[in-house]
Amino acid sequence: MSDGAASTTDDLALIERLRTGDDAAYEEMIRLHGGRMLAVARRFLRVEEDARDAVQEAFVSAFKSIDRFQGQARLSTWLHRIVVNACLMRLRTRRRKPEQSIEDLLPGYLEDGHLERPASPWRPETADPAERSELRKLVLESIQQLPEGYRNVLMLRDIEDLDTEETAEQMGISPGAVKTRLHRARQALRELLEPHLREAVA
Amino acid sequence: MNCREFVEFLMEYLDGGLNDAERSVFEGHIDACPQCVNYLDSYRETVRLGQTVCESEDQVPDSVPDDLVRAILAARNA
Ligand SMILES: [Zn+2]
Repeated sequence: MSDGAASTTDDLALIERLRTGDDAAYEEMIRLHGGRMLAVARRFLRVEEDARDAVQEAFVSAFKSIDRFQGQARLSTWLHRIVVNACLMRLRTRRRKPEQSIEDLLPGYLEDGHLERPASPWRPETADPAERSELRKLVLESIQQLPEGYRNVLMLRDIEDLDTEETAEQMGISPGAVKTRLHRARQALRELLEPHLREAVA
Repeated sequence: MNCREFVEFLMEYLDGGLNDAERSVFEGHIDACPQCVNYLDSYRETVRLGQTVCESEDQVPDSVPDDLVRAILAARNA
């Protein structure tokens, strides 16, 4: 993600064609950026139909507000924020399960402040592509086990690469709450990964 | 500083948010506590693994299914 980078001349040329109502430009924009947006939506929503709906919503909303695109950001970054927003809106309208507590997933401590379960060294990541892809799957599945409010913050900050302010805005919470949730979500994810990644005891 | 406090201030430390005095207390605990060194390393690794989750997809971006392209264009004109 190239945050902070200004629009490229390609971006600006495409936007100019959209503004003059060039129909081919719309299709070009979808084909150019839709694949990556669909990948984002799949990560958040996990259901193909929902992911496609979110991408469609995102494009329709982007086309409507194309006049507000100022060229201060990359077009890809702008569209990324819009699809993230569409995904979060969709998650909000899903039937809410009672939010699971994050406390159960956080490390426990003894009375003297030591960790209940001592942290072990982890084995270094393998170069084997099959194992790496297994590991990525494990990480994604473990992220899915986090309570939604924590999972979303972790995904926005660590996967989608939004900063604290942007995450706070997207989630409708304070920057302080973003930091607290991110730290807890990472701790919980670490606990979930530990049994799989700690070095075998000799 | 005990291990509980160490974990509590870990993110702040990694983000460079601790002042000099806090950082030296924090690093003092790193020198004295091998468990927390493991915790620190695996926390860092957790963050890094999260960041690599979308790596494969970003290198080879999925194409957009044709029917989705048509649906989006239709929705625009609706
Ligand atoms: Zn310790």
